Amino acid sequence: MLAFALALAPVHQKYLLEARQMQALSFTVHIPLVCFGIAFPVMVMFVEWLGIRTGDPLYRTLARRWSRIVVALFAVGVITGTILSFEMGLLWPNFTATFGSVFGLGFAIEGFSFFLEAIFIGIYAYGWNKLSPRMHLLAGIPVVITGFTGSLMVIAVNAWMNHPTGFQLHGGKVSHVNPLGALFGNPYLWSELIHMYVAAYMVTGFIVAGCYAFAKLRGNWTRYHRVALTIPLTIACLASPMQLLVGDWLARDVAVSQPVKLAAFEGLYPTTNGADEHILGWYTDHQVKDGIAFPHLLSLLAFHSWNAKIIGLQSVPANDRPSAINVVRISFQIMVLVGSALAALGVLYLFVRWRRRRLPDTPWFYRGVVLAGPAAFVCLIAGWVTTEVGRQPWVVYRVMRTSQAVTGAGGIPVGYGALVAAYAAVAIAVVWILRRLARKPLELDPVGIVPTPGSAGPGPPPAGGGSPQAA
Amino acid sequence: MFLQTLPLVFVLAGVVLYTVLGGADFGAGIWQLLSGPGEHGERIREHAHESMGPVWEANHVWLIFVLTVTWTSYPVFFGSIASTLSIPLFIAGLGIILRGASYALRSGAASGRETLMVDGAFSIASLVTPFALGCTAGAIAAERVPVGNALGHPFSSWLSPVPLMVGALAVCFSVYMAAIFLAADEHRTGDREMADSFRLRALVAGTVAGAVSIAALVVVHADAHSLYTGLVHGGALAVMIVSIVAGLTTLGLVWARVFEPARVTGAIAVAAVIAAWAIARHPVLLPGLTIAQAAASHDTLVTVVVAVVAGGVLLFPSLALLFTITFRGARTAEAQATGGFPLRATPTAPRLAVVLFIVGLGMLNAANAGWCHIIGVIALFGFVIAGFTAIVPRALAGDS
Repeated sequence: MLAFALALAPVHQKYLLEARQMQALSFTVHIPLVCFGIAFPVMVMFVEWLGIRTGDPLYRTLARRWSRIVVALFAVGVITGTILSFEMGLLWPNFTATFGSVFGLGFAIEGFSFFLEAIFIGIYAYGWNKLSPRMHLLAGIPVVITGFTGSLMVIAVNAWMNHPTGFQLHGGKVSHVNPLGALFGNPYLWSELIHMYVAAYMVTGFIVAGCYAFAKLRGNWTRYHRVALTIPLTIACLASPMQLLVGDWLARDVAVSQPVKLAAFEGLYPTTNGADEHILGWYTDHQVKDGIAFPHLLSLLAFHSWNAKIIGLQSVPANDRPSAINVVRISFQIMVLVGSALAALGVLYLFVRWRRRRLPDTPWFYRGVVLAGPAAFVCLIAGWVTTEVGRQPWVVYRVMRTSQAVTGAGGIPVGYGALVAAYAAVAIAVVWILRRLARKPLELDPVGIVPTPGSAGPGPPPAGGGSPQAA
Repeated sequence: MFLQTLPLVFVLAGVVLYTVLGGADFGAGIWQLLSGPGEHGERIREHAHESMGPVWEANHVWLIFVLTVTWTSYPVFFGSIASTLSIPLFIAGLGIILRGASYALRSGAASGRETLMVDGAFSIASLVTPFALGCTAGAIAAERVPVGNALGHPFSSWLSPVPLMVGALAVCFSVYMAAIFLAADEHRTGDREMADSFRLRALVAGTVAGAVSIAALVVVHADAHSLYTGLVHGGALAVMIVSIVAGLTTLGLVWARVFEPARVTGAIAVAAVIAAWAIARHPVLLPGLTIAQAAASHDTLVTVVVAVVAGGVLLFPSLALLFTITFRGARTAEAQATGGFPLRATPTAPRLAVVLFIVGLGMLNAANAGWCHIIGVIALFGFVIAGFTAIVPRALAGDS
């Protein structure tokens, strides 16, 4: 471990765990909105482009309806994103005070990205009748680009926390700061970035498609629904098998750069040559109990070698390892197993579409798609729990402990309770507004199509643009 | 020294823009609270809500800009503030959540009662947030934030005369700016009755803001004497005079119904107050912490400056475009092109997708070299695109 001086004197914080949970809660609320910010505009633009090229009003109607959801979710994302940037200071003042000059640039550029995204989403949302169709479509391009650059910046900071570079420690002080090198000269940035970017398409695609699959199960199955199901579902089903490969790449990067974290993923205590991979089971007494062991598989996966040495948790003192091994390990297993199930669903869909030239018939497929939305969200959160809890006890890997970063302010439990209440209120509000938007007939579209009356109730909550009435 | 101060200038510019633009948004929310009963009150609320429409997210991203540039350029300054003033900042955060949620909710509110409830929540949040942020600024100005991790008093640091006065001032500014902006909007669209309503409100709010400013100065004199001394000497005094002149000019312009220039002079008055504070305190950020001590290293500051300038070059034209489009009238719907389905499913696309997937698997997962991984990632994105073109055109074209 490196010795260094904290910018602010360290304090004892009784509620460190609560502070971490507060941060995790804010993040859990924000990250699905980020996914929609990244991936949904691409889908909306594709549908709009189809509308321009074919002149078929169905596409324009669908694009307009989806664009409203983009705006509503982005608006909520602005709030949750602002809260996250508040918490960087409110909960972890010593982290920003000590390393702000190293990683802060990433957030500053992300701020600009976010700003540009807000501006062009504004132009896109309010410009339907004010711009020519072509110009309106073009206005969507900056939204797609800034969605990518924004995630690039945030992931660059996170990758830096996992693999801190771009500064030196002299006489116990942070010096020789090279912010560009810290953020973008990090070889482990790219696997994490692509993993998150693809995840955004999975989450958005499956959640949106899930709404229309739900409508189909309730008997609403017009051409509108088929279009609205096909586009996001195809994207998500292609992204899922890709994600397995990207995930493997990322895991091999973790094996090299953060061996103790990998050991926590796998519940591996002693450093082992030819380590086994365990599926399911529970980590206790330095080993995985009741799991299914696959001999040598971990060595094979991590280093492509039958007898490769895998560093175990034992290699570092107990206070330098994550204390919650089971949280890390089970999150990792959930991500991999549920993610694999999603990939299987994806391959099934692609195969039926390709060979049989139709959608699958069985209602079980549509039930699967309805479940796939929440399942993709679960994978997303499980993945973030894996990487964040797996990095503990460090906030900056092997440089600064989370307990050194935390605020000395009191009242964290009070703040935590207030935040839970506020987010619960927002969640209720979001569900309510999306149901309302879904129920509202689409007005003001001069070339829009007339909804068919008489369909049943509203679509399911998130992205309930899958309104049955919009048929 | 110049380089060390430049990011602070950006931060202050961000604070000014947030105070003026974000403040006008907060003020519009407060006017919903003060709209009065009946049909007239309802119209006030409706207009106040509509004015925020397309630009509301943009106005509030200024705060994120201020936070990120501060913590990158002056990390210890930021850490000390955020830890000691965690309570007012947290209250502001809750206000932001409540405000944003109720804004988003409003479009879904159906009945008058629902709208009234949502507006109520929105207005309270619009009042609390600038007040809490004003208290934060006031606590910094009154030197109540020591350098360190939560070393200042959690309550008395901001629940003291100067911070409370600055909080009140922030609310007054917001309300005043909002009334001017709303009057200008109504004037431009030709709604004489509404323009007059907001003109009257602007005159009252301007007078109150002026009175509160004078009271604030008295409180600063009593409670933070060194700040007072700084404000009434040298450059700070000159800027304070600019602020007073701009404030009085604004009132005169509103009186004469010349609303558009009043927006500018109002903004100048606000900017001048913030500038005067900065000049009065220069070069000290917090007690015992100068700009030079707090500033990040040379390379970081250079990159921040480059990033901000480059960002600004992209940002301001985009913002101008947004405002232009917002104020533009609707186009008449034109006949749309009608054509066949623009994508054709080629028989090679599925095979290409399979090949690209296998290439991706080999390059990304079997190989270990960095350049192989780049090819692998490109191949996999190619797989998604090829797969998409293999499936979607046939599915959609065959379904019409």
